[in-house]
Amino acid sequence: MTNNQTNTKAVVVKDLVKKFGDFVANDHLSFAVDKGEIFGFLGANGAGKTTAIKILCGLSHPTSGDVKIAGYDIYKQRDLIKKNIGYMSQKFSLYDDLSIAENIRFYGGIYGLSRKKIKEKTEEYIEKLGLQAYTKSMVKELPLGFKQKLAFSVAIVHDPPIVFLDEPTGGVDPITRRQFWELIYKEAANGKTIFVTTHYMDEAEYCDRVSIMVDGRIEALDEPKKLKETYGAQSMEEVFIQLARG
Amino acid sequence: MKTILYIIQKEFLQIIRDRMMLPIIFVIPIFQLLILAHAATYEIKYVDMGIIDLDQSVESRALVQKFEASPFFRINARSFSLEKLSDEMQNSRIEQILYIPSDFGYQIEKNAPVKVQLITDAVDGAAAGVMNAYALNIIKEFNKDVLKEAQLLSLNRKIIETRPSYWYNPDLDYKTFMIPGILVLLVSIIGLFLSGLNIVKEKEIGTIEQLNVTPIKKHHFIIGKLTPFWFIAMFDLFFGLALAKFVFNIPIVGSVGLIIGVASIYLVLVLGIGLFISTLADTQQQAMFIAWFFVIIFILLSGLFTPVENMPDWAQAINIINPIAYFIDFMRMVMLKGARLVDVSYHIISISIYAILSISLATWRYKKVV
Repeated sequence: MTNNQTNTKAVVVKDLVKKFGDFVANDHLSFAVDKGEIFGFLGANGAGKTTAIKILCGLSHPTSGDVKIAGYDIYKQRDLIKKNIGYMSQKFSLYDDLSIAENIRFYGGIYGLSRKKIKEKTEEYIEKLGLQAYTKSMVKELPLGFKQKLAFSVAIVHDPPIVFLDEPTGGVDPITRRQFWELIYKEAANGKTIFVTTHYMDEAEYCDRVSIMVDGRIEALDEPKKLKETYGAQSMEEVFIQLARG
Repeated sequence: MKTILYIIQKEFLQIIRDRMMLPIIFVIPIFQLLILAHAATYEIKYVDMGIIDLDQSVESRALVQKFEASPFFRINARSFSLEKLSDEMQNSRIEQILYIPSDFGYQIEKNAPVKVQLITDAVDGAAAGVMNAYALNIIKEFNKDVLKEAQLLSLNRKIIETRPSYWYNPDLDYKTFMIPGILVLLVSIIGLFLSGLNIVKEKEIGTIEQLNVTPIKKHHFIIGKLTPFWFIAMFDLFFGLALAKFVFNIPIVGSVGLIIGVASIYLVLVLGIGLFISTLADTQQQAMFIAWFFVIIFILLSGLFTPVENMPDWAQAINIINPIAYFIDFMRMVMLKGARLVDVSYHIISISIYAILSISLATWRYKKVV
């Protein structure tokens, strides 16, 4: 791994292995994600996506392999990595019994943002997400779509260069999913690297590149257009089904 | 440092908004003190007694009369058949049988030794002991009267008389004895359950993962999480002490400052155990079960209800790791006996060491990365 590569890559993974007892959840994964890229991390349920993303975010120890996030080593520089990433999990991660502003204040405070900055962010998010009607309510009263968009915004409250999204659009309607992806595009346009897992194949089409995981291994990795060509498929869904069936 | 304040602020907001929290903080202390202080008592109000008087003499009637006159005894059955009264005891209608043999009066007339039999329902051993003591006392009184009549006392012979003098709790009021212990129970349960369940709840709703991807320091998280519960438990201790003093009129002989000082260390210990439990459990139910398991064992062994000295050696040995036992003993010594710092230094040292151990163990077990 050259220095040059480290500088232009947001995520570099080499021979990543994660075992749970005899079960191999991640079997020698190797890939790299460019800075500013929207990288789709696809796979069937149980293919090992969440396991991998948790390792990349520093939530779980790898069994072996090298991982560098934003140029920092996953073993030695965990704290530096954490300052440089945002993470939104499948589980809804805001506090239901706090208001929008209180959630933003809490996470902003943890990331060490100044009071002024927190106030700015709060106003910005309420404006941007159209949450004016909900400023007095608790988060549990928000419709799911709003919650998800807010969770994404809170996950990047500290402006990290890399954002990990683990199935961010589970359970929301197509219109909200569309709006959610508009948010993602906006952040990518600002130079953020987006690493997103999903099993909606239409979403895969929005990504710059996608990898498809089957049984703990990456079976394919390319731009959606090229993948469709390679597998002679009309849509990403066909590509996925061909690969997943083996 | 600022991080800690943000966590504390968030915790307090959530506590205030939780509808169950205010009742837990205010109602539990009142109920525990009101109900437990009265329910956990070994005072015997009266004994239901059965009489078998085979003699029917003046002397035997005088003895029975003494029992009748005592406020502690209610004569519920009289019979000439032990069998019949045994049945009554079997059905718990009577608790004690006084058996007077047919030669009772005759022997007394002769100034000869005479025996009566007391049969006591000893299912509850402690109560049986008390009933027996009451009855023996009355028989002793009777004996004295008989001796007087025989004019043996006119020789000016002094008999040895014991006059009990009860220190620290002169009225033998069980509430005085129970309340310091119940206060300990109160802060232990509040501290242990609230802290344990709170962190597991973050696991359940998934926010712990979100926190774990932040650069938040482990000790910041732990301090921020535990501080609010420390204050709540401390508040409950004050509240309980005030109830004890002004509602129950329990004297607080020792220094309130000493109580507060040691309580503040003890709560670190309890919160450490709560945090430790939360690292073992994945759901609030599991945490609840683990917490109850320890709390029940620790309470029963602690000497709150039964004297530790009467327990088998192995049970007493367990009390070396029983934080509740140390603090109950401490509270009784300070509240009732007015013990000073030097008198309770052993307790303070033990509680402090234990607090350091529990918080270290919990911090070590609490992992941001799995």
